[in-house]
This record gives sequence, C-alpha cells and structure tokens, in this order.
Amino acid sequence: MPSPVLRVVLIAAALAAGCSGAPWNDPYPHTEASRNILYTSFSERPKHLDPVQSYSENEYVLIANIYQPPLQYHYLKRPYALVPFAAAEMPRALLYDAKDRRLPDNADAKEVAYSDYVIRIRPGILYQPHPALAQDARGRYVYHDLKPGDLDGVHAVGDFKQAGTRELAAADYVHQIKRLAHPRLHSPVMQLMGEYIVGLKALAQELAEAEKAAARAGRRGGLLDLTRFELAGAQVVDRYTYRVRVRGKYPQFVYWLAMPFFAPVPPESDRFYAQPGMEERNISLDWFPVGTGPYMLTVNDPNRQMVLERNPHYKGEVYPAEGEPGDAEAGLLKDAGHPLPFIDKVMFALEKEQIPYWNKFLQGYYDASGIASDTFDQAVQFSGQGDVTLSEDMQARGIRLQTSVATTTFYLGFNMLDPVVGGTGERARKLRHAISIAIDQEEMISIFRNGRGIAAQGPIPPGIFGYREGKEGINPYVYDWADSAPRRKPVEAAKKLLAEAGYPNGRDAKTGEPLLVNLDTTGTGPDAKSRLDWYAKQFEKIGVQLAVRATDWNRFQDKLRKGNVQLYFLGWNADYPDPENFLFLLHGAQSKVRTAGENASNYENPEFDRLFERMKNMANGPERQALIDRMVEITRRDAPWVWSLFPMDYTLHHAWVKNRKPNTMANNGLKYQRIDPALRTRMRREWNQPVLWPVALGGALIVLSLVPAVVTFRRRERQTARVS
Amino acid sequence: MIAYIIRRLLYAIPILIGVNVITFTLFFVVNSPDDMARVHLGVKRVTPEAIRKWKEERGYDKALLYNGAAAGAQAFTDTIFYEKSVKLFAFEFGRSDQGRDIGYDIGNRMWASLAIALPVFLLGLAAYLTFALLMAFFRATYVDFWGVVACVMMMSISGLFYIIGGQYLVGKLLNLVPISGYDGGANALKFLVLPVIIGVVSGIGASTRWYRTIFLEEISKDYVRTARAKGLSELRVLFRHVLANAMIPILTGVVVVIPLLFMGSLVTEAFFGIPGLGSYTIDAINSQDFAVVRAMVFLGSVLYIVGLIVTDISYTWVDPRVRFE
Amino acid sequence: MPFKIVILWTDALIYLLVVVVLLLAWHVRRHEHLAAPWRKVARSPGGLAAAALLALFVVIGLADSVHYRPSVAVKDGKTVYAVEVLSLLDAIAAPLRARKEKTYSAPLATRLFAKETIELPGGGQARDYPRLKHGGAHLEQPEEQWASDIARRALWGAAAGVVLWLVLAILLCALLARRAGADVDEIWRAIWRGETEVPWRAVLVTLAVVLVAGMPLLALAAKYHVFGTDKVGQDVFYQSLKSIRTGLVIGTLTTLVMLPFALLLGVMAGYFKGWVDDAIQYLYTTLSSIPGVLLIAAAVLMMQVYIETHPELFDTVTARADLRLLFLCVILGITSWTGLARLLRGEALKLREMEYIQAAHAFGVSHWRILTRHILPNVMHIVLIAVVMDFSGLVLAEAVLSYVGVGVDPSTISFGTMINSARLEMARDPMVWWSLAAAFCFMLLMVLSANLFADAVRDAFDPRIRTARPFRLAAQKA
Repeated sequence: MPSPVLRVVLIAAALAAGCSGAPWNDPYPHTEASRNILYTSFSERPKHLDPVQSYSENEYVLIANIYQPPLQYHYLKRPYALVPFAAAEMPRALLYDAKDRRLPDNADAKEVAYSDYVIRIRPGILYQPHPALAQDARGRYVYHDLKPGDLDGVHAVGDFKQAGTRELAAADYVHQIKRLAHPRLHSPVMQLMGEYIVGLKALAQELAEAEKAAARAGRRGGLLDLTRFELAGAQVVDRYTYRVRVRGKYPQFVYWLAMPFFAPVPPESDRFYAQPGMEERNISLDWFPVGTGPYMLTVNDPNRQMVLERNPHYKGEVYPAEGEPGDAEAGLLKDAGHPLPFIDKVMFALEKEQIPYWNKFLQGYYDASGIASDTFDQAVQFSGQGDVTLSEDMQARGIRLQTSVATTTFYLGFNMLDPVVGGTGERARKLRHAISIAIDQEEMISIFRNGRGIAAQGPIPPGIFGYREGKEGINPYVYDWADSAPRRKPVEAAKKLLAEAGYPNGRDAKTGEPLLVNLDTTGTGPDAKSRLDWYAKQFEKIGVQLAVRATDWNRFQDKLRKGNVQLYFLGWNADYPDPENFLFLLHGAQSKVRTAGENASNYENPEFDRLFERMKNMANGPERQALIDRMVEITRRDAPWVWSLFPMDYTLHHAWVKNRKPNTMANNGLKYQRIDPALRTRMRREWNQPVLWPVALGGALIVLSLVPAVVTFRRRERQTARVS
Repeated sequence: MIAYIIRRLLYAIPILIGVNVITFTLFFVVNSPDDMARVHLGVKRVTPEAIRKWKEERGYDKALLYNGAAAGAQAFTDTIFYEKSVKLFAFEFGRSDQGRDIGYDIGNRMWASLAIALPVFLLGLAAYLTFALLMAFFRATYVDFWGVVACVMMMSISGLFYIIGGQYLVGKLLNLVPISGYDGGANALKFLVLPVIIGVVSGIGASTRWYRTIFLEEISKDYVRTARAKGLSELRVLFRHVLANAMIPILTGVVVVIPLLFMGSLVTEAFFGIPGLGSYTIDAINSQDFAVVRAMVFLGSVLYIVGLIVTDISYTWVDPRVRFE
Repeated sequence: MPFKIVILWTDALIYLLVVVVLLLAWHVRRHEHLAAPWRKVARSPGGLAAAALLALFVVIGLADSVHYRPSVAVKDGKTVYAVEVLSLLDAIAAPLRARKEKTYSAPLATRLFAKETIELPGGGQARDYPRLKHGGAHLEQPEEQWASDIARRALWGAAAGVVLWLVLAILLCALLARRAGADVDEIWRAIWRGETEVPWRAVLVTLAVVLVAGMPLLALAAKYHVFGTDKVGQDVFYQSLKSIRTGLVIGTLTTLVMLPFALLLGVMAGYFKGWVDDAIQYLYTTLSSIPGVLLIAAAVLMMQVYIETHPELFDTVTARADLRLLFLCVILGITSWTGLARLLRGEALKLREMEYIQAAHAFGVSHWRILTRHILPNVMHIVLIAVVMDFSGLVLAEAVLSYVGVGVDPSTISFGTMINSARLEMARDPMVWWSLAAAFCFMLLMVLSANLFADAVRDAFDPRIRTARPFRLAAQKA
C-alpha cells in the first residue's frame, strides 16, 4: 500500500511524462495552451438564455455576445452612448398625434399619441450555423419534420449532423417582439412593454386564447405559430426594414433596442425547438441560442463550462477608433479599424469557491476577473483619490487593472410606512437624517470595497444625465463642503438631530426606552456577518440599537411586499443610462406595498410624483436638469433612503489581455478583446514550476519513521518463534 | 433468500412514502409555490400574473395534500403531493422546476460524483485497514501509541481545514495539480488527485481508530491464541484470521455507504468545482428547485435501503453460518 | 437594579444540564458500583488531562451563558434596560469587546493591515499603514519598542502563570496531604513519581501548560489584539472565546434534546417487540434514510419562517439568534437519535431475555417498572458513551453546516461562521490567515480534549462497546 504522498509522486510523474514541459497544474488540455482562447469563469448557472426571458447580468455575459439587437453601447465612450449594431443607422422617433398627423420632434409629450421607430438593418448579416436553419438541395428544412426515432442519441444541438444559415431579415426582429407576448415564455418586460408597444397586450390575450384552445384540443405544449398572428405595433416594412410603434412619447425606448429583448430570433428556431421530443431532451432556445452575433454557444454544460466560439459568418464590424480621454494612453485604441472579433473561443468555467478561483487567476489560468466577484475586490486597493494600488506581487506579475463608473446604486432604504422611521413628519425626518450621517459610507467603501466606489449624494450616479458634481452636487443634509471636497457631518450633528427627533442619547425622551431599529437583509455569503457587524457599529455611534434580521431572499421579498420592514438594503442595476431609470424607484405609483412596483420604500411625495411625470419623457437639456435638481432636492430632504454608494467597476486582467474596459451597460465586450497566447504560455510556465522537494522530504520522513517499526517487527517475529 | 429480499423490498415502500411525505411537508412549509415561482422568475419586474402562469404550467396551482373541492378519491389524487410523488416510484423524476430533465441530469452528474467517491472509498478502505492492522500488529509499542494520538488529532480537525489546507499546499505552493475543476475521460485524472487524497486523509483519524478497536477485540479472542500456538506467524494471523473474522462489524459500517457513493459529497464538490450530484443537491436547495430536491431525497432513501439489504446479504458471503428465512 | 437577568432558552437548558450533572454526580458518589468506572476514568492520565482542559472550556462557556441587560437610565422611578444582551464573559472581557479597530490588523500588530491615505499634521497626505486605535496604542515608537514590549509582557505573563501554577499545585498538595494525613512534601514527591492513585501529575502538567501558555496570552491581550482583528476590527481572540459557548451548546444540548426520544423509543422497541417495534423501526429507518443535510436545511429554513412570522416573541436580537441555535440543536438531535435508538433496541432485545427480567415478569411486575428499574440502568453505560462520543462530531458538524449556510444565525459567533468568513480572507492578497488559524486552534483544542475524554470514559465503562460510526462522521466532514 503506497502512502498517499507516494501516490502523488507516482501520479504526478505519470502526468509529467504525458505532457512534458507543460505545467502540471494546468486545468486545461495542454494542446489548447497556445491557442487563441480566452479563459474566464462564471459562478452561477444561467437560468435563461432565451432573449425574451433573460434579464440578469450573468446571463447577459453570454447572450449579449450571441444576439445582435439593432443597437449597442459604444465600447469605450463615457457617458454611455448608443451606436448602431445590426441597424444601418440610429433610428429616429417620428411623433404622431391622435389624428395620425406628424408632429415636430420637440412636440409636447401631451400632444404625442404615439411614436414610430423605423429601423433599417444592414443587409448581408448571417446567422450562426444551426440545424434549425439547415436546408437540403431543394430548399426544404432538414430538421423541421423529425420522426420519433430521429432524435435517438441526440442530446445537444451539436449532435445534429447538418447546420445551415440564412440572411438576417427584419421579420426576425418583429418575430421576437411578438415572442414577448408568448404565454409560455413569461417575459419579465411583457407588462412594461405592453404599456408602450401598440397592440402587444391584445396579442398576448389572443395568444393565450389560442393556447387554451389548443390545450382543449389535446395539444399541450408544441408550437404556437406566431407568424400567424399580427402585431399592430411591429410591422415589417421591407426585407431589411421594420417599424415599431409605441404609445406616447418614450425617448427611453431606444435603450431597450440595445437589449436582447429586441434581438432577432428566426421563426425557424421556434418551429425547430417545438418538435416533440426536443424539450424532453433539454433542447430548447433557452438552452441553445440561435444568433447573428460575433459568437455562438457551442458547449452548454452549466455544471462545468460554457464555451463561446467565433461565429464563422460574422463580419463587417471593426474596432472603434475613438473613446473617452485617456483611452489612447491606456492603449485601448491601438487596434482601431481591425475587424472584430479577435478571440476564437471563450471558455467560461464554473467556479463557485473563492479560494480556488483567486488562486487560479494568480496562476494564470484565468485571463481576467469575471463579473461581480468578491474575491477580486479583496485584492485591489483603491485610495480615496481613485488611484489604484495592486500588491507588489501582482504588479510583478504584470496584472493590470481598469476602472470605470458603474450605473448601479446601493441604498439602505427606510420603509416610509413605518411608524418610527417612516412618515413625512419633522421628527421622523430628523431621525432619518441622523442615521444617514451616522452611517459612514466612506468607511464602508474603504473596508468592504477597498475604496472601489463613491459615496452617494443622491439617487443619480455619476455618468448619468442629471448628476451634479462638486459643491452643488452634495447632499447638504449629510455633508458639508470643506476644502473643496464633501465632508461628512460629525457624529455630534447626528446626535443633535437625534435629540431633536425625540431620542436624546438614543433613548425615547418620553419613555426612556432605548430606540431599536430593525434592519432586514438577506444574510448569506461569507461577508454577510462582517457587514452586519459593521452596520451595528455605525448605529452604536449615536447610541441607537440596530437589530439585524437576516433572512432568505424569498422571505425578504415577502416582507418588502407587505411593508413589514423598517430598514432594508437593496441595490439597483440600471436597465439603461437615463435618470428616469433611477428616479422611478422613488415614484409613488411604483410603491411596493400598494402596486407591487419597485419603490420598496413606499415613498410618496405628490410634488416629486408630479415632477417625475413631467421629467420622464423629456429630452435631456437644461429644463430637464432643473426638474431633476428639484426632485433630487426633495428626496434629499425627505431622505427615504440612506444614499449609500455607487460602486466603481473594475476589471483585473493579466498582461496578455488587451483592450479590456469595464462596461456595465453592454456585456458584449468579448469581441473587442485580444490576447497574446505566446506570452501567456511563457508566464504560465514560469509561475507554475512544480515544487517537489517537500513531497520527497515527506516521503523520506515516513520511510524513516517506519524503520524502527520494521526492526521491532523482525525482532518480534523471531521472538515468537523462539518462545514457541 | 430471494423471498427475504422481496420482503425487504416491499417493506421499503412504506418507508419511501414516509420519506416523501416528510420532504414534501418540510419543503412546502418553508416555500409556498409563490415563493418558488418568484425565485425562478428572477428579481426584476415580476408580476402576479407571471407567478400564476408559472404555477399553472408546473402543476403547483393545486391543493397541497388534500383537495377539499374534488370528489371521492380525487380529493387525494388531484393534489400536488400525489401528482409529484407517484411517478418517483417508477424512477421517473420528471422535469426540474427550471424545465430540465432530472433523470438525464442525474445520469450525467452521477459519474463525476462517483469518480471522486469511489476512489476515496476504495483507497480509503485499503489505507485504513492497513493502518489499523499495522497498529494492531504493533500494539503496545510506540507505533500504536503515536498512531492513536495521530488519529485522535486528525479526527479533531474539521473537514473544511483539510480541504482549504490541501488546496493551499498542493495546489498553490507546490503547483502539482490543478486547484479545482473537472474534465471528462482520462483528463479527469489530474483533477481527481487532490480531492481524492484529501478525502482519504480526512477520514484516516476516525476510521483507522475504529478498525483498530475491532481488530484488537478480535486479537484478544481464543482462536487467535490457538493460531499463534500452532506456530502461525503474526502477520499471517492478522491478515488471514483476524481480518476475516472482523469482517462482520466492518461490513456493517461499510456496505451501507456503497450505494450512497452515488450521491456525492456536498462540500468537496463545491470546493473543487466538480459537477456531481452533491453540488446538484446544494444548488437545488439554494435555488429552491423542489423537483430536484425531492428526486435527490428519494434517490438517497432508495440507495440507503438498498445498502441495508446488501449489508444483510453480504453477511452470508463472509459468514456461511448466517441464514435468512 | 443595575441590570436585569435574561434567561435565554439555551441558558435554561444549560442550567438544567448542569443541575442534572450535579445530581447524577451526587447519586454516583453514593453508589459504589456506579462510582467504580468513574474512578477508572479518573485514573487514566490522558482522560484526566483532557477533562481538565475541557473544564476550562466549560467554565468559559458557562460564564458566557449568564446573560443580562444592563440598565441605561432611570425614568420616573422605572429602570430602563439596554436592548443589548450581554453575558458574564462579555463583562469580564469587556475591553476585548469594546476595543474595535477600523478593519483588519495582524496578531499583535500596532498598525492596520492595509495602507490608507493619512492626513499629515502639517497638511498634505501620505499613504501608510495607520496606527491602531487600541492595539499597542501605549507605545510611542512602535517600531523600536514593539519587540521588547511584547517580550516583556509575555515573560511577565509566563512568570505570573508559573506563580499561579505553584500556588495551585501547593494548594492541591496540602489538600491531598490533609486527606491522606501525610506530609505535603511526601505527597508532592509522590505526585511527581506518578505514585498517586489519581494521576495528579497529568493534571498538574496540563495546568502548567495551560497557565504558562494562557497567562502571556492574557497579559498581551490587555494591550494588543493577540489574534488580530477581523474585517470590521473586532478582536478575533474575543470571537474565539465566544465561539466556545456555541460549540458547547451544540455538542451538549443536541444530545440532551434527543436523549428522551432515543431512550424511550429504543428501549420500547426492543422490549415490547411486535407492532411497537415495527412502528419505531419504521420511524427511524425513514428518518435516517433522508440525507441529513437536506433535512437540516429544510428544517432550518422552516424555523426562519417561524421567527419571521412571530417577531413579537423576541424582544432582542440575541433571543432570535438563540432560538435558532436551539432549533439547530433540536434538528441535529432528530437526525442523530436514530443511531443511539438502534443500539438501545439491540441491547433491550438482549436484556428482555435475561432470567431476572423473565423472573420479574413472572412475578407480575409492571412493564413500566421493569423498564425503569431493570432495563434502563443496564443500558445507561451505552447512553453515556454515545453522548460523550457524539459531542465532538456535533461540534465539527456545526462548522460544516454554517459553512453550507444552514447553520447558526449569522449574528451568532461560532467556529462555523468564523471559518465561513475566512473563505474570503484566504483569497486576499496578502493573505489574512489569523481568523482561520484562531478558529482552527480553539476548535482543535476543544474537540481533541473532548475526544480524549470520551476515549477514557468509553474504556472505563465498557471496553467492548463500539459506538463510533466512522463513516457517518466522515460523510459529514467531507
């Protein structure tokens, strides 16, 4: 029986013999070492890859590179700007009044009955090779009429022998818009879009009826042929042009056109995937996308890895030639004009645990940090001024860092319906202000995010229209302006406010009972405990007791819905870079308790709501800025949230990865990135030299310690013989 | 013998029903179907309408255990419990709440679990028995004393430390094997080395000590003295006679876990990124996929019962005196 | 009153446990046949040393189980108490609890672990490691004074430990001498030659090690963070001390909770046979065939729902966390009683065929009386062995459960939560290792002494019985 240590040596030796020269700890097949493959990771299996259902960042990381909506965000420019993707040029809204008369672009929102967006796409765009599009010599689809036995041995789309392609048509975009109303797909934006896109609600109704009729006829599941239905709000004009009609004036609609909800889906794929036996084999559009984008999903094994490979038919896009100031210096413009994409294959490996994840990155087996990982937060130090310090070891390895402002906000909300912290009364407001001052966001940012964030002064993050910088941008209820920087008011100010609110020294002036505030949160993850301890520490400063009620996500949601919380912690990732998408979180009509909306604080201020309605559909300009300033001032005064922080995005990558820049709005950045595989191979080899002497030493020690045992054994054997 | 097995199998049915009722009750006390729908539909912009449709599609819109509205036997059959449980007995796991075929997923992931669990089990058993026999052989010498001390030390360390320490030492400092990951086929070897070693090492303490006790007990019996008196060498006595006679207590502890090897191990799989059934179960709990949880509990129970039966049968192999009526 | 005593659920059960143990001890002392095996335990040097160490942990745990709410004000003749629940340990270790830094600092450090921008007194800024607010704050020139200060304090601590140990040792000798009517000097020499019946030498050596190692720790803890600070600047030494109670509660209360079921059902199944046996066997096979983690996860979630829907039952955060801890004990008990019940059933099956039980039957003694007077006393050694053997397994299981996310409340300090947060710390660059190391050391000491003590108990009570179920433990660990 060889000892475990010896086994390592044996197996390691066997491995080494198999792949001489390559590092022993390489988790990838050594044949891939020098190929143009980007290695990255994911931590959670994506729930949906169907573009009408998918609505979370970890899914967008994949499908944003597969699907091609009409528009996209410019990779480098900040603030975020839309540019055409599949579209030939940026669409313009044509405004009409109730009598179908064309209105000028600056028409008042009240007069506009609906707006038309006419979108022209570039001809010559081809789909990725896919069996749903495979045709035989006579132009018939090969796999649209499968017999029961045809699917034997088929478990993935790749198991079909033939694959075909066809040119992208405007009808595919219209088809996808109809899919939003599909009764079985539950698109998360159906309700919202139903309010805007003309006829979408009616279509949903019609489709539900058809579905019920089919069920009555004994046909459950199966194809619901959307091409047989018409949608008034989305019409094909010609092969390359379609028109979307939305109610009223909705300038934010163009942002939606950059999201996968409005990407093209060929009707053939619906027909293909709806065939009997497909769903039983887990073959569906939700699992195997069909897109025209730069990459296609070739391996979908969310238990282990997802692989994106270059779509062989993708062409016609080049690396941008301009960016924001500083991009040229950072070397981000060197590849201008080169055709995209650069990388042949992107491998996403499942990595759930932080320790192995981080170590593999340091060993060079991941090229760049994935999305939202706590681990990488830990490694990077930011000082208050935004300069970055990597540890010396990391600098020596040539690890690089890129930062960018995110379109996300984190906040600690008060439930405005709560009798203690809620309400618009003077006392409650002072209490809220006192708490806002006490919670030292700057310390939060430095401890938990290593300086990677900006303390929030209000609801609108930097980079979004309406954000104000400098002195006029500070929240005067929490900050003072001192030495050309905002400075948090001292704890004494908070204590004073607390006393004015009726709680001197954190105790109710009337009863003497200490004030107890409840914070509801979803306490999971390794960091949760420290975070909760930190919050308790902040409240302690003003003598208020914080009771943390950690619960699971469902229960937390439930409590929010019932208004059964006092304080809660939430964040919001913007759908699109417009102030409306942040301010609506405080809109009275969005109240969580009343309307199950997104306003979890149930904040309602008539003036704010009125201004919101006006601001919502306005084009950016001084007038809108004035409205927003007023709205921000109202919310600061009422303080329904403790404005916490705007996180800063960053990416950490090795020296061999080029053109990487964080972009929270668009997740289709893979096509711009380039790697230098030769450098990678060299560095990996250098960093991963196996260290064998401890193993040898351990083995020797074990052998040595057994020597006396063997001697004893010998002696005893002989002894036994002698005695008997 | 066959009649005995059949009787035991029949006896398993009420147990499995009981298991189903318990899982079902526990799970639905915690999660209403509404909760499940919300988890599956995502975070942003979830409407009551979508929740209703989700439940309807997956059959969660019925009564849980007893349907008061239905007539006769339908009161029990037209319920979530009945609809979701009966098929399990035919090993039809159906579709997960995410819409995936559970049977296919289990079949796929089982091999990864087995690839870790089986070597850990076999190598572990061989190593523990060897160590224990060695210690029994050197009883009352420094090997035995320090062996026991080492065992107690090792069993006092939490399994988490073995994993964290092993990954740090072997994976990071020595650069010998990949820290985590998995691959199919022969490539799997390099990923398995570390978890298998850690699995074996973390079990050394408790198991070796346990086998040592069994062996020592056997050694003190009369037949051992007789064998020695006959002049058999100590090694021969240990490996031929003591080991064989200690089989029954060893089998009692060992055989029952063999079928459960399929279920994988939760923490190891999570740490090493191995796509086995252990991580499948944890994911299902976290994402509240009741269909998967139920299937895994059912599978676990079945395997456990199989293990019990196999244990009984294995007694007849090692001890011809054992008979079943 | 300056404080109000708060009795949490687990406190009450711990007190109950203490009372039961004391009563049993009293009972055992009076019955020679019961006391004999315990004397055997007392004669095993390893067992006694482990018991001494374990006693230290128990004392810390008990000190942490006396809870109170300090008063904050007197209003209209009515005392108002703080919402915060403190324990005796918190009061003793108040400096440790109160001295919070901003964030991580290494063991015995005088500066923070990470560089920060510091405003210089003459204006301007610099990036450096800022001084700690409390750790080594008494040093004026930390770079020069640090090493000598540490050495001085450690030496003083060690010296104090030696003195304390001497005092205790002499006291012990005097006590033994008085009892034996011998000379102190003689006893002293007898102890060191290992000639005393009870191996006092082992106890004294353990005590020496604990004191000489522990006193410097305390001496340093007065001015430094001996085990460093965690992410929000809390002292890791303090957290390790607090974890002890959680571990003890899980290890002891779980068995306390499950014991009545296991005893009653196991013995009944074996004694009555027939349908009672069938029903009980059915129950425990069903329960034990459900994978443990799933059962625990579901039950813990269920508990959370209960807590969420009944907030009025808990006036403090501690009460909430405490109930969750208790519930975790209960559910761990439910998953672990089956093993003991099976053993007891087997034993009862054997016992009921014994002549004296058959005789009792013949005399018409009631079942209840036979069960309590004849069967129960004869299975108690199995119960005792099972209880001490399970203890360490449960402490280890808590760590894994908290790690998986179905363990104690996040606000409860436990070894599991410490290891869990250490996950991220291990991945930091440079690595933060002290939380993990502290959890490792304390847990190892506790579980090791429990294991050694359990061994001694088992050897003394029944050298043949085997209650360890290695594969179950291994499965829980892995």
